[in-house]
Amino acid sequence: MNQTTNTSKLLTHVFIIVFGLFMLYPVVWMVASSFKPETLIFSSPSIFSKEWTLDNYTNGWNVVRNVNFGQFFKNSFLISLIAVLANLITCSMAAYAFARLKFPLKKLWFACMLMTIMLPAHATLIPQYTIFHNLGWVNTILPLTVPKLLATDAFFIFLMVQFFRGIPRELDESAIMDGCGIFQIYTRIIMPLAVPVLITTAIFTFIWTWDDFFSQILYLNTVDTFTVPLGLRLFLDSQGESSWGSVFAMSVLSLIPITTVFFIFQRYIVEGIATTGIKG
Amino acid sequence: MKKKSKISKGKRKQYIAAYVFLLPWLIGFLGLVLGPMISSLYLSFTRFDLLNTPEWIGLANFQEMFQDDRWIASAKVTSTFVFIAVPTQLIAALLVAVLLNKKMAGIGFYRTTYYLPSLLGGSVAIAILWKNLFEIDGLVNQVLSFFNIQGQGWISHPDYALGTIIILATWQFGASMVIFLAGLKQIPKELYEAAAVDGGTKPQVFFRVTLPLLSPVIFFNLVIELIKSIQVFTSAFIISEGTGGPINSTLFYTLYLYQKGFTQFEMGYASAMAWILVFVLGVMTLIIFFSSKYWVHYEDGGKL
Repeated sequence: MNQTTNTSKLLTHVFIIVFGLFMLYPVVWMVASSFKPETLIFSSPSIFSKEWTLDNYTNGWNVVRNVNFGQFFKNSFLISLIAVLANLITCSMAAYAFARLKFPLKKLWFACMLMTIMLPAHATLIPQYTIFHNLGWVNTILPLTVPKLLATDAFFIFLMVQFFRGIPRELDESAIMDGCGIFQIYTRIIMPLAVPVLITTAIFTFIWTWDDFFSQILYLNTVDTFTVPLGLRLFLDSQGESSWGSVFAMSVLSLIPITTVFFIFQRYIVEGIATTGIKG
Repeated sequence: MKKKSKISKGKRKQYIAAYVFLLPWLIGFLGLVLGPMISSLYLSFTRFDLLNTPEWIGLANFQEMFQDDRWIASAKVTSTFVFIAVPTQLIAALLVAVLLNKKMAGIGFYRTTYYLPSLLGGSVAIAILWKNLFEIDGLVNQVLSFFNIQGQGWISHPDYALGTIIILATWQFGASMVIFLAGLKQIPKELYEAAAVDGGTKPQVFFRVTLPLLSPVIFFNLVIELIKSIQVFTSAFIISEGTGGPINSTLFYTLYLYQKGFTQFEMGYASAMAWILVFVLGVMTLIIFFSSKYWVHYEDGGKL
Protein backbone atom coordinates (compact mmCIF):
# COMPACT_ATOMS: atom_id res chain seq x y z
CA MET A 1 0.00 0.00 0.00
CA ASN A 2 2.65 2.45 1.13
CA GLN A 3 4.84 1.62 -1.81
CA THR A 4 2.11 2.23 -4.38
CA THR A 5 1.31 5.66 -2.90
CA ASN A 6 5.00 6.48 -3.02
CA THR A 7 5.27 5.49 -6.68
CA SER A 8 2.15 7.45 -7.54
CA LYS A 9 3.57 10.46 -5.69
CA LEU A 10 6.80 10.12 -7.61
CA LEU A 11 4.93 9.85 -10.89
CA THR A 12 2.96 13.00 -10.07
CA HIS A 13 6.18 14.86 -9.35
CA VAL A 14 7.74 13.65 -12.58
CA PHE A 15 4.69 14.59 -14.61
CA ILE A 16 4.46 18.07 -13.07
CA ILE A 17 8.16 18.74 -13.61
CA VAL A 18 8.23 17.50 -17.21
CA PHE A 19 5.09 19.38 -18.17
CA GLY A 20 6.35 22.49 -16.32
CA LEU A 21 9.66 22.39 -18.19
CA PHE A 22 7.77 22.02 -21.44
CA MET A 23 5.74 25.13 -20.56
CA LEU A 24 8.71 27.22 -19.56
CA TYR A 25 10.95 26.08 -22.40
CA PRO A 26 10.02 28.85 -24.88
CA VAL A 27 10.78 31.59 -22.36
CA VAL A 28 14.05 29.99 -21.23
CA TRP A 29 15.02 29.53 -24.87
CA MET A 30 14.35 33.22 -25.53
CA VAL A 31 16.51 34.28 -22.59
CA ALA A 32 19.32 31.96 -23.74
CA SER A 33 19.01 33.11 -27.35
CA SER A 34 19.36 36.74 -26.32
CA PHE A 35 22.94 35.92 -25.28
CA LYS A 36 23.83 33.92 -28.39
CA PRO A 37 25.53 35.36 -31.47
CA GLU A 38 22.91 36.03 -34.14
CA THR A 39 24.16 33.20 -36.36
CA LEU A 40 23.88 30.56 -33.65
CA ILE A 41 20.31 31.31 -32.51
CA PHE A 42 18.68 29.12 -35.12
CA SER A 43 21.37 26.50 -35.43
CA SER A 44 19.74 24.22 -32.86
CA PRO A 45 16.76 24.21 -30.45
CA SER A 46 19.16 23.77 -27.55
CA ILE A 47 19.43 26.47 -24.92
CA PHE A 48 23.17 25.86 -24.64
CA SER A 49 25.65 27.52 -26.94
CA LYS A 50 29.33 27.40 -27.77
CA GLU A 51 29.58 31.18 -27.65
CA TRP A 52 27.93 33.79 -25.46
CA THR A 53 27.76 37.51 -26.20
CA LEU A 54 26.20 40.77 -25.03
CA ASP A 55 26.11 42.26 -28.55
CA ASN A 56 22.35 41.73 -28.88
CA TYR A 57 21.80 43.94 -25.84
CA THR A 58 23.97 46.80 -27.06
CA ASN A 59 22.56 46.62 -30.60
CA GLY A 60 18.96 46.33 -29.42
CA TRP A 61 19.29 49.14 -26.90
CA ASN A 62 20.09 51.63 -29.69
CA VAL A 63 17.48 50.44 -32.14
CA VAL A 64 16.50 53.90 -33.41
CA ARG A 65 18.71 56.88 -34.09
CA ASN A 66 18.52 59.59 -31.37
CA VAL A 67 16.24 57.55 -29.11
CA ASN A 68 17.20 54.41 -27.23
CA PHE A 69 15.43 51.93 -25.00
CA GLY A 70 16.41 53.99 -21.97
CA GLN A 71 13.82 56.56 -23.06
CA PHE A 72 11.19 53.85 -23.59
CA PHE A 73 11.85 52.43 -20.14
CA LYS A 74 11.62 55.90 -18.60
CA ASN A 75 8.26 56.50 -20.29
CA SER A 76 6.90 53.11 -19.25
CA PHE A 77 8.01 53.54 -15.65
CA LEU A 78 6.55 57.02 -15.42
CA ILE A 79 3.16 55.92 -16.76
CA SER A 80 3.08 52.81 -14.59
CA LEU A 81 4.06 54.61 -11.40
CA ILE A 82 1.47 57.35 -11.84
CA ALA A 83 -1.15 54.72 -12.62
CA VAL A 84 -0.30 52.77 -9.47
CA LEU A 85 -0.39 55.80 -7.16
CA ALA A 86 -3.56 57.13 -8.78
CA ASN A 87 -5.37 53.80 -8.50
CA LEU A 88 -4.34 53.38 -4.87
CA ILE A 89 -5.67 56.79 -3.88
CA THR A 90 -8.79 57.30 -5.95
CA CYS A 91 -10.07 53.70 -6.02
CA SER A 92 -9.69 53.44 -2.25
CA MET A 93 -11.53 56.75 -1.79
CA ALA A 94 -14.49 55.55 -3.84
CA ALA A 95 -14.40 52.17 -2.14
CA TYR A 96 -14.42 53.81 1.31
CA ALA A 97 -17.51 55.81 0.40
CA PHE A 98 -19.29 52.72 -0.94
CA ALA A 99 -18.26 50.41 1.90
CA ARG A 100 -18.58 52.68 4.92
CA LEU A 101 -20.55 55.86 4.33
CA LYS A 102 -24.22 56.59 3.84
CA PHE A 103 -25.28 59.03 1.16
CA PRO A 104 -28.16 59.68 -1.22
CA LEU A 105 -28.16 57.71 -4.53
CA LYS A 106 -25.61 55.26 -3.14
CA LYS A 107 -27.34 52.21 -4.60
CA LEU A 108 -27.59 53.77 -8.04
CA TRP A 109 -23.90 54.73 -8.14
CA PHE A 110 -22.87 51.36 -6.80
CA ALA A 111 -24.83 49.61 -9.55
CA CYS A 112 -23.18 51.89 -12.12
CA MET A 113 -19.76 51.00 -10.73
CA LEU A 114 -20.49 47.27 -10.95
CA MET A 115 -21.75 47.65 -14.50
CA THR A 116 -18.53 49.30 -15.68
CA ILE A 117 -16.47 46.31 -14.53
CA MET A 118 -17.99 44.14 -17.26
CA LEU A 119 -18.10 46.84 -19.92
CA PRO A 120 -15.57 46.30 -22.74
CA ALA A 121 -13.32 49.32 -23.20
CA HIS A 122 -14.38 49.50 -26.84
CA ALA A 123 -17.79 50.87 -25.91
CA THR A 124 -16.21 54.14 -24.82
CA LEU A 125 -13.10 54.05 -26.99
CA ILE A 126 -13.90 56.44 -29.84
CA PRO A 127 -15.49 59.29 -27.82
CA GLN A 128 -12.69 59.03 -25.25
CA TYR A 129 -10.19 59.31 -28.08
CA THR A 130 -12.09 62.31 -29.45
CA ILE A 131 -12.05 64.01 -26.05
CA PHE A 132 -8.30 63.50 -25.58
CA HIS A 133 -7.66 64.50 -29.19
CA ASN A 134 -9.60 67.74 -28.75
CA LEU A 135 -7.77 68.49 -25.52
CA GLY A 136 -4.48 68.11 -27.42
CA TRP A 137 -3.42 65.22 -25.18
CA VAL A 138 -2.49 62.75 -27.94
CA ASN A 139 1.26 62.02 -27.83
CA THR A 140 1.41 62.81 -24.14
CA ILE A 141 1.04 60.48 -21.18
CA LEU A 142 -2.15 62.23 -20.05
CA PRO A 143 -4.67 59.91 -21.81
CA LEU A 144 -2.94 56.98 -20.10
CA THR A 145 -2.78 58.47 -16.61
CA VAL A 146 -5.65 60.92 -16.09
CA PRO A 147 -8.33 58.16 -16.34
CA LYS A 148 -6.59 56.39 -13.44
CA LEU A 149 -6.78 59.61 -11.38
CA LEU A 150 -10.52 59.40 -11.99
CA ALA A 151 -10.77 55.83 -10.69
CA THR A 152 -11.90 54.31 -13.98
CA ASP A 153 -10.49 50.89 -13.02
CA ALA A 154 -13.73 49.91 -11.29
CA PHE A 155 -12.49 46.37 -10.78
CA PHE A 156 -10.16 47.58 -8.03
CA ILE A 157 -12.92 49.63 -6.38
CA PHE A 158 -14.97 46.45 -6.18
CA LEU A 159 -12.02 44.50 -4.75
CA MET A 160 -11.47 47.17 -2.09
CA VAL A 161 -15.17 47.44 -1.21
CA GLN A 162 -15.15 43.70 -0.51
CA PHE A 163 -12.09 44.09 1.70
CA PHE A 164 -13.24 47.22 3.56
CA ARG A 165 -16.53 45.57 4.45
CA GLY A 166 -14.58 42.93 6.33
CA ILE A 167 -12.93 45.48 8.63
CA PRO A 168 -14.85 45.54 11.94
CA ARG A 169 -17.11 48.56 12.34
CA GLU A 170 -16.33 48.80 16.04
CA LEU A 171 -12.97 50.25 15.05
CA ASP A 172 -14.71 53.15 13.32
CA GLU A 173 -16.98 53.71 16.28
CA SER A 174 -14.19 53.81 18.81
CA ALA A 175 -12.27 56.16 16.53
CA ILE A 176 -15.29 58.48 16.47
CA MET A 177 -15.38 58.37 20.28
CA ASP A 178 -11.75 59.47 20.23
CA GLY A 179 -12.75 62.44 18.11
CA CYS A 180 -11.75 61.19 14.67
CA GLY A 181 -13.60 62.54 11.66
CA ILE A 182 -14.53 60.65 8.50
CA PHE A 183 -11.25 61.60 6.84
CA GLN A 184 -9.16 60.39 9.78
CA ILE A 185 -10.99 57.07 9.85
CA TYR A 186 -10.00 56.60 6.21
CA THR A 187 -6.36 57.53 6.67
CA ARG A 188 -5.73 56.06 10.12
CA ILE A 189 -7.98 53.01 10.32
CA ILE A 190 -9.06 51.77 6.91
CA MET A 191 -5.94 52.35 4.83
CA PRO A 192 -3.43 50.82 7.27
CA LEU A 193 -5.61 47.73 7.69
CA ALA A 194 -6.15 47.42 3.94
CA VAL A 195 -2.49 46.89 3.06
CA PRO A 196 -3.01 43.43 1.47
CA VAL A 197 -5.67 44.65 -0.94
CA LEU A 198 -3.64 47.79 -1.65
CA ILE A 199 -0.62 45.68 -2.53
CA THR A 200 -2.74 43.51 -4.83
CA THR A 201 -4.06 46.63 -6.55
CA ALA A 202 -0.59 48.11 -6.90
CA ILE A 203 0.90 44.94 -8.38
CA PHE A 204 -1.84 44.35 -10.90
CA THR A 205 -2.04 48.00 -11.92
CA PHE A 206 1.70 47.96 -12.48
CA ILE A 207 1.71 44.75 -14.52
CA TRP A 208 -1.34 45.63 -16.60
CA THR A 209 -0.15 49.18 -17.29
CA TRP A 210 3.35 48.02 -18.15
CA ASP A 211 1.97 45.49 -20.63
CA ASP A 212 -0.94 47.51 -21.94
CA PHE A 213 -0.37 47.72 -25.67
CA PHE A 214 -3.77 48.84 -26.92
CA SER A 215 -4.01 52.30 -25.30
CA GLN A 216 -0.33 52.96 -25.86
CA ILE A 217 -0.55 52.29 -29.58
CA LEU A 218 -3.62 54.56 -29.75
CA TYR A 219 -2.25 57.55 -27.92
CA LEU A 220 1.52 57.50 -28.44
CA ASN A 221 2.65 58.08 -32.02
CA THR A 222 6.01 59.82 -31.83
CA VAL A 223 9.12 57.82 -31.04
CA ASP A 224 10.20 59.95 -28.06
CA THR A 225 6.88 59.22 -26.29
CA PHE A 226 7.11 55.48 -26.97
CA THR A 227 6.90 52.97 -24.14
CA VAL A 228 8.67 49.61 -23.98
CA PRO A 229 5.94 47.62 -25.80
CA LEU A 230 5.90 50.19 -28.61
CA GLY A 231 9.70 50.11 -28.71
CA LEU A 232 9.59 46.34 -29.17
CA ARG A 233 7.10 46.70 -31.95
CA LEU A 234 9.55 48.97 -33.80
CA PHE A 235 11.68 45.90 -34.52
CA LEU A 236 8.90 44.31 -36.50
CA ASP A 237 8.43 47.46 -38.55
CA SER A 238 11.93 48.66 -39.24
CA GLN A 239 14.27 45.73 -39.44
CA GLY A 240 12.11 42.83 -40.41
CA GLU A 241 13.22 39.54 -38.95
CA SER A 242 16.89 40.01 -39.59
CA SER A 243 17.87 40.78 -36.02
CA TRP A 244 16.06 38.35 -33.77
CA GLY A 245 18.93 38.47 -31.28
CA SER A 246 18.35 42.16 -30.50
CA VAL A 247 14.59 41.65 -30.42
CA PHE A 248 14.96 38.87 -27.86
CA ALA A 249 17.43 40.89 -25.81
CA MET A 250 15.04 43.82 -25.48
CA SER A 251 12.11 41.46 -24.93
CA VAL A 252 13.94 39.91 -22.01
CA LEU A 253 14.63 43.36 -20.55
CA SER A 254 10.98 44.28 -20.96
CA LEU A 255 9.93 41.29 -18.86
CA ILE A 256 12.33 42.00 -15.99
CA PRO A 257 10.24 44.61 -14.13
CA ILE A 258 7.17 42.36 -14.18
CA THR A 259 8.98 39.23 -13.07
CA THR A 260 10.79 41.16 -10.33
CA VAL A 261 7.52 42.53 -8.95
CA PHE A 262 6.05 39.06 -9.23
CA PHE A 263 8.79 37.30 -7.30
CA ILE A 264 8.89 39.93 -4.55
CA PHE A 265 5.13 39.91 -4.01
CA GLN A 266 4.36 36.37 -5.15
CA ARG A 267 2.43 35.46 -2.00
CA TYR A 268 0.13 38.47 -2.34
CA ILE A 269 -0.44 37.87 -6.05
CA VAL A 270 -1.66 34.33 -5.68
CA GLU A 271 -3.80 35.33 -2.69
CA GLY A 272 -5.00 38.39 -4.56
CA ILE A 273 -6.27 36.39 -7.52
CA ALA A 274 -7.67 33.70 -5.29
CA THR A 275 -9.89 36.16 -3.43
CA THR A 276 -10.89 38.11 -6.54
CA GLY A 277 -14.62 38.31 -6.29
CA ILE A 278 -15.14 34.65 -5.48
CA LYS A 279 -16.11 35.16 -1.89
CA GLY A 280 -18.43 37.94 -3.14
CA MET B 1 -36.30 75.98 8.43
CA LYS B 2 -37.99 73.13 10.25
CA LYS B 3 -38.35 71.03 7.09
CA LYS B 4 -34.65 71.28 6.40
CA SER B 5 -33.71 70.07 9.84
CA LYS B 6 -35.20 66.65 8.98
CA ILE B 7 -31.68 65.78 7.93
CA SER B 8 -29.50 66.26 10.96
CA LYS B 9 -26.33 68.28 10.73
CA GLY B 10 -24.20 65.19 11.33
CA LYS B 11 -25.87 63.34 8.51
CA ARG B 12 -25.50 66.21 6.10
CA LYS B 13 -21.83 66.39 6.99
CA GLN B 14 -21.48 62.71 6.20
CA TYR B 15 -23.29 63.11 2.86
CA ILE B 16 -20.92 65.86 1.85
CA ALA B 17 -17.88 63.90 2.98
CA ALA B 18 -19.11 60.82 1.11
CA TYR B 19 -19.46 62.77 -2.11
CA VAL B 20 -16.01 64.25 -1.65
CA PHE B 21 -14.60 60.73 -1.44
CA LEU B 22 -16.67 59.66 -4.41
CA LEU B 23 -15.88 62.72 -6.52
CA PRO B 24 -12.92 61.44 -8.60
CA TRP B 25 -14.83 58.29 -9.50
CA LEU B 26 -18.01 60.24 -10.21
CA ILE B 27 -16.24 62.60 -12.60
CA GLY B 28 -14.55 59.65 -14.29
CA PHE B 29 -17.78 57.69 -14.55
CA LEU B 30 -19.82 60.55 -15.99
CA GLY B 31 -17.07 62.06 -18.15
CA LEU B 32 -15.13 59.02 -19.34
CA VAL B 33 -17.64 56.17 -19.19
CA LEU B 34 -21.31 57.14 -19.25
CA GLY B 35 -20.91 60.21 -21.46
CA PRO B 36 -18.70 58.41 -24.00
CA MET B 37 -21.03 55.38 -23.95
CA ILE B 38 -23.99 57.50 -24.99
CA SER B 39 -21.87 59.42 -27.44
CA SER B 40 -20.46 56.28 -29.07
CA LEU B 41 -23.99 54.92 -29.44
CA TYR B 42 -24.85 58.11 -31.30
CA LEU B 43 -21.69 57.92 -33.38
CA SER B 44 -22.57 54.40 -34.49
CA PHE B 45 -25.38 55.96 -36.55
CA THR B 46 -23.06 58.46 -38.20
CA ARG B 47 -20.18 58.81 -40.58
CA PHE B 48 -17.35 60.34 -38.56
CA ASP B 49 -13.67 60.86 -39.43
CA LEU B 50 -12.60 62.66 -36.23
CA LEU B 51 -11.96 65.99 -37.97
CA ASN B 52 -15.35 66.83 -39.48
CA THR B 53 -18.65 66.86 -37.62
CA PRO B 54 -20.43 63.48 -37.54
CA GLU B 55 -22.99 63.02 -40.32
CA TRP B 56 -26.17 61.09 -39.45
CA ILE B 57 -26.60 58.06 -41.71
CA GLY B 58 -29.05 55.97 -39.72
CA LEU B 59 -28.49 52.23 -39.85
CA ALA B 60 -26.08 52.37 -42.79
CA ASN B 61 -23.05 51.32 -40.72
CA PHE B 62 -24.85 48.23 -39.52
CA GLN B 63 -26.10 47.37 -43.02
CA GLU B 64 -22.61 47.82 -44.41
CA MET B 65 -21.21 45.58 -41.70
CA PHE B 66 -23.28 42.58 -42.68
CA GLN B 67 -22.05 42.89 -46.27
CA ASP B 68 -18.44 43.56 -45.31
CA ASP B 69 -16.37 40.42 -45.94
CA ARG B 70 -13.68 41.54 -43.54
CA TRP B 71 -16.23 42.18 -40.77
CA ILE B 72 -17.72 38.74 -41.31
CA ALA B 73 -14.22 37.24 -41.26
CA SER B 74 -13.40 39.07 -38.02
CA ALA B 75 -16.59 37.85 -36.35
CA LYS B 76 -15.75 34.29 -37.43
CA VAL B 77 -12.15 34.48 -36.24
CA THR B 78 -13.16 35.77 -32.82
CA SER B 79 -15.96 33.27 -32.32
CA THR B 80 -13.78 30.36 -33.45
CA PHE B 81 -11.16 31.53 -31.00
CA VAL B 82 -13.63 31.89 -28.13
CA PHE B 83 -15.26 28.49 -28.69
CA ILE B 84 -11.93 26.66 -28.83
CA ALA B 85 -9.60 28.63 -26.57
CA VAL B 86 -11.95 29.18 -23.61
CA PRO B 87 -12.90 25.51 -23.07
CA THR B 88 -9.38 24.14 -23.65
CA GLN B 89 -7.93 26.73 -21.32
CA LEU B 90 -10.46 26.03 -18.57
CA ILE B 91 -10.04 22.24 -18.85
CA ALA B 92 -6.26 22.54 -18.68
CA ALA B 93 -6.56 24.90 -15.71
CA LEU B 94 -8.92 22.56 -13.88
CA LEU B 95 -6.86 19.40 -14.46
CA VAL B 96 -3.61 21.02 -13.37
CA ALA B 97 -5.32 22.61 -10.35
CA VAL B 98 -6.57 19.18 -9.21
CA LEU B 99 -3.05 17.83 -9.67
CA LEU B 100 -1.50 20.70 -7.74
CA ASN B 101 -4.05 20.59 -4.92
CA LYS B 102 -2.09 17.87 -3.15
CA LYS B 103 0.21 18.36 -0.26
CA MET B 104 3.69 17.66 -1.52
CA ALA B 105 7.19 19.02 -1.50
CA GLY B 106 7.81 21.97 -3.81
CA ILE B 107 4.14 22.68 -4.40
CA GLY B 108 4.57 26.46 -4.10
CA PHE B 109 7.34 26.35 -6.66
CA TYR B 110 5.22 24.29 -9.07
CA ARG B 111 2.29 26.67 -8.78
CA THR B 112 4.56 29.62 -9.54
CA THR B 113 5.99 27.83 -12.56
CA TYR B 114 2.56 27.17 -14.01
CA TYR B 115 1.37 30.68 -13.28
CA LEU B 116 4.34 32.37 -14.93
CA PRO B 117 3.10 32.13 -18.57
CA SER B 118 -0.11 33.89 -17.55
CA LEU B 119 1.90 36.64 -15.94
CA LEU B 120 4.04 37.24 -19.02
CA GLY B 121 1.63 36.14 -21.73
CA GLY B 122 -0.10 39.45 -22.36
CA SER B 123 3.11 41.23 -23.23
CA VAL B 124 4.38 42.24 -26.63
CA ALA B 125 7.61 40.38 -25.81
CA ILE B 126 5.86 37.01 -25.61
CA ALA B 127 3.81 37.72 -28.74
CA ILE B 128 7.07 38.40 -30.57
CA LEU B 129 8.56 35.20 -29.17
CA TRP B 130 5.50 33.28 -30.33
CA LYS B 131 5.76 34.75 -33.79
CA ASN B 132 9.33 33.51 -33.93
CA LEU B 133 8.56 30.05 -32.52
CA PHE B 134 6.10 29.32 -35.31
CA GLU B 135 8.04 30.85 -38.19
CA ILE B 136 9.29 28.51 -40.90
CA ASP B 137 12.77 28.34 -39.32
CA GLY B 138 11.47 28.75 -35.77
CA LEU B 139 11.94 26.55 -32.72
CA VAL B 140 8.80 24.48 -33.34
CA ASN B 141 9.97 23.31 -36.74
CA GLN B 142 13.47 22.64 -35.44
CA VAL B 143 12.03 20.35 -32.80
CA LEU B 144 9.76 18.70 -35.38
CA SER B 145 12.67 18.10 -37.76
CA PHE B 146 14.43 16.35 -34.89
CA PHE B 147 11.60 13.79 -35.15
CA ASN B 148 11.94 13.82 -38.92
CA ILE B 149 8.73 15.75 -39.44
CA GLN B 150 8.76 18.42 -42.14
CA GLY B 151 7.23 21.56 -40.62
CA GLN B 152 5.98 24.66 -42.40
CA GLY B 153 5.50 28.38 -41.84
CA TRP B 154 2.66 28.03 -39.35
CA ILE B 155 1.88 31.72 -38.93
CA SER B 156 2.06 32.40 -42.66
CA HIS B 157 -0.45 29.65 -43.47
CA PRO B 158 -4.11 30.73 -43.26
CA ASP B 159 -5.18 27.30 -41.93
CA TYR B 160 -2.77 27.33 -39.00
CA ALA B 161 -2.16 30.97 -38.03
CA LEU B 162 -5.19 31.18 -35.74
CA GLY B 163 -4.16 27.87 -34.18
CA THR B 164 -0.87 29.33 -33.00
CA ILE B 165 -2.73 32.14 -31.22
CA ILE B 166 -5.07 29.58 -29.63
CA ILE B 167 -2.04 27.66 -28.36
CA LEU B 168 -0.64 30.91 -26.95
CA ALA B 169 -3.91 31.54 -25.09
CA THR B 170 -4.11 27.97 -23.79
CA TRP B 171 -0.53 28.20 -22.56
CA GLN B 172 -1.74 30.96 -20.22
CA PHE B 173 -4.10 28.80 -18.17
CA GLY B 174 -2.32 29.71 -14.92
CA ALA B 175 -4.60 32.56 -13.84
CA SER B 176 -7.73 30.40 -13.99
CA MET B 177 -5.77 27.58 -12.36
CA VAL B 178 -5.03 29.72 -9.32
CA ILE B 179 -8.71 30.55 -8.96
CA PHE B 180 -9.59 26.85 -9.27
CA LEU B 181 -7.04 26.08 -6.57
CA ALA B 182 -8.70 28.57 -4.24
CA GLY B 183 -12.05 26.91 -4.96
CA LEU B 184 -10.69 23.41 -4.38
CA LYS B 185 -9.34 24.48 -0.99
CA GLN B 186 -12.84 25.45 0.11
CA ILE B 187 -14.34 22.00 -0.50
CA PRO B 188 -14.78 20.39 2.94
CA LYS B 189 -12.48 17.40 3.50
CA GLU B 190 -15.31 15.44 5.18
CA LEU B 191 -17.02 15.09 1.81
CA TYR B 192 -14.00 13.30 0.39
CA GLU B 193 -13.75 11.13 3.48
CA ALA B 194 -17.42 10.22 3.21
CA ALA B 195 -16.96 9.39 -0.47
CA ALA B 196 -14.00 7.17 0.39
CA VAL B 197 -16.07 5.33 3.02
CA ASP B 198 -18.78 4.76 0.40
CA GLY B 199 -16.11 3.24 -1.84
CA GLY B 200 -16.23 5.86 -4.59
CA THR B 201 -13.62 5.51 -7.32
CA LYS B 202 -11.45 8.48 -8.23
CA PRO B 203 -13.45 9.48 -11.35
CA GLN B 204 -16.71 9.09 -9.41
CA VAL B 205 -15.46 11.39 -6.66
CA PHE B 206 -14.27 13.89 -9.23
CA PHE B 207 -17.55 14.03 -11.15
CA ARG B 208 -19.94 13.76 -8.18
CA VAL B 209 -18.15 15.70 -5.46
CA THR B 210 -15.41 17.93 -6.86
CA LEU B 211 -17.06 19.15 -10.03
CA PRO B 212 -20.48 20.11 -8.56
CA LEU B 213 -18.89 21.85 -5.58
CA LEU B 214 -16.53 23.68 -7.87
CA SER B 215 -19.28 24.83 -10.23
CA PRO B 216 -19.50 28.41 -8.84
CA VAL B 217 -15.79 28.82 -9.54
CA ILE B 218 -16.15 27.28 -13.00
CA PHE B 219 -18.93 29.78 -13.63
CA PHE B 220 -16.75 32.66 -12.47
CA ASN B 221 -13.78 31.57 -14.60
CA LEU B 222 -16.00 31.01 -17.62
CA VAL B 223 -17.37 34.56 -17.51
CA ILE B 224 -13.93 36.10 -16.95
CA GLU B 225 -12.25 34.10 -19.71
CA LEU B 226 -15.08 34.80 -22.13
CA ILE B 227 -14.77 38.55 -21.62
CA LYS B 228 -10.99 38.35 -21.94
CA SER B 229 -11.04 36.20 -25.10
CA ILE B 230 -13.53 38.34 -26.96
CA GLN B 231 -11.18 41.28 -26.52
CA VAL B 232 -7.89 39.67 -27.63
CA PHE B 233 -5.72 42.21 -29.40
CA THR B 234 -1.96 42.26 -28.63
CA SER B 235 -1.08 38.74 -29.79
CA ALA B 236 -3.09 39.07 -33.00
CA PHE B 237 -1.62 42.48 -33.75
CA ILE B 238 2.00 41.44 -33.19
CA ILE B 239 1.82 38.02 -34.84
CA SER B 240 0.14 39.35 -37.99
CA GLU B 241 2.06 42.65 -37.85
CA GLY B 242 -1.21 44.54 -37.61
CA THR B 243 -2.70 43.06 -40.78
CA GLY B 244 -4.86 40.24 -39.44
CA GLY B 245 -3.48 38.06 -42.21
CA PRO B 246 -2.77 35.72 -43.88
CA ILE B 247 -6.10 36.08 -45.72
CA ASN B 248 -7.83 37.57 -42.65
CA SER B 249 -7.21 34.35 -40.73
CA THR B 250 -6.11 36.25 -37.60
CA LEU B 251 -8.29 39.31 -38.11
CA PHE B 252 -9.66 39.39 -34.58
CA TYR B 253 -12.72 41.55 -34.03
CA THR B 254 -10.87 44.15 -31.97
CA LEU B 255 -8.03 44.25 -34.49
CA TYR B 256 -10.47 45.06 -37.28
CA LEU B 257 -12.15 47.65 -35.05
CA TYR B 258 -8.75 49.24 -34.50
CA GLN B 259 -8.01 49.25 -38.25
CA LYS B 260 -11.37 50.83 -39.07
CA GLY B 261 -11.19 53.46 -36.35
CA PHE B 262 -7.53 54.39 -36.23
CA THR B 263 -5.95 53.60 -39.58
CA GLN B 264 -8.92 54.27 -41.87
CA PHE B 265 -10.53 56.83 -39.53
CA GLU B 266 -14.04 55.43 -40.07
CA MET B 267 -14.93 56.11 -36.47
CA GLY B 268 -18.68 55.84 -36.94
CA TYR B 269 -18.23 52.36 -38.35
CA ALA B 270 -15.84 51.46 -35.52
CA SER B 271 -18.40 52.68 -32.95
CA ALA B 272 -21.06 50.53 -34.57
CA MET B 273 -18.68 47.57 -34.37
CA ALA B 274 -18.05 48.31 -30.70
CA TRP B 275 -21.76 48.29 -29.94
CA ILE B 276 -22.23 44.93 -31.64
CA LEU B 277 -19.42 43.65 -29.42
CA VAL B 278 -21.07 45.04 -26.27
CA PHE B 279 -24.39 43.54 -27.33
CA VAL B 280 -22.99 40.06 -28.06
CA LEU B 281 -20.97 40.03 -24.86
CA GLY B 282 -24.05 41.11 -22.90
CA VAL B 283 -26.22 38.39 -24.45
CA MET B 284 -23.60 35.70 -23.84
CA THR B 285 -23.14 36.76 -20.24
CA LEU B 286 -26.92 36.73 -19.70
CA ILE B 287 -27.20 33.24 -21.22
CA ILE B 288 -24.48 31.98 -18.90
CA PHE B 289 -26.14 33.67 -15.92
CA PHE B 290 -29.56 32.21 -16.66
CA SER B 291 -28.23 28.76 -17.49
CA SER B 292 -26.23 28.82 -14.29
CA LYS B 293 -29.17 27.79 -12.13
CA TYR B 294 -29.20 24.44 -13.94
CA TRP B 295 -25.53 23.66 -13.49
CA VAL B 296 -24.10 25.87 -10.78
CA HIS B 297 -24.46 24.37 -7.35
CA TYR B 298 -24.52 26.75 -4.38
CA GLU B 299 -24.27 25.33 -0.90
CA ASP B 300 -26.58 27.97 0.53
CA GLY B 301 -29.31 27.19 -1.98
CA GLY B 302 -28.58 29.57 -4.80
CA LYS B 303 -28.16 32.96 -3.18
CA LEU B 304 -25.29 34.89 -4.69
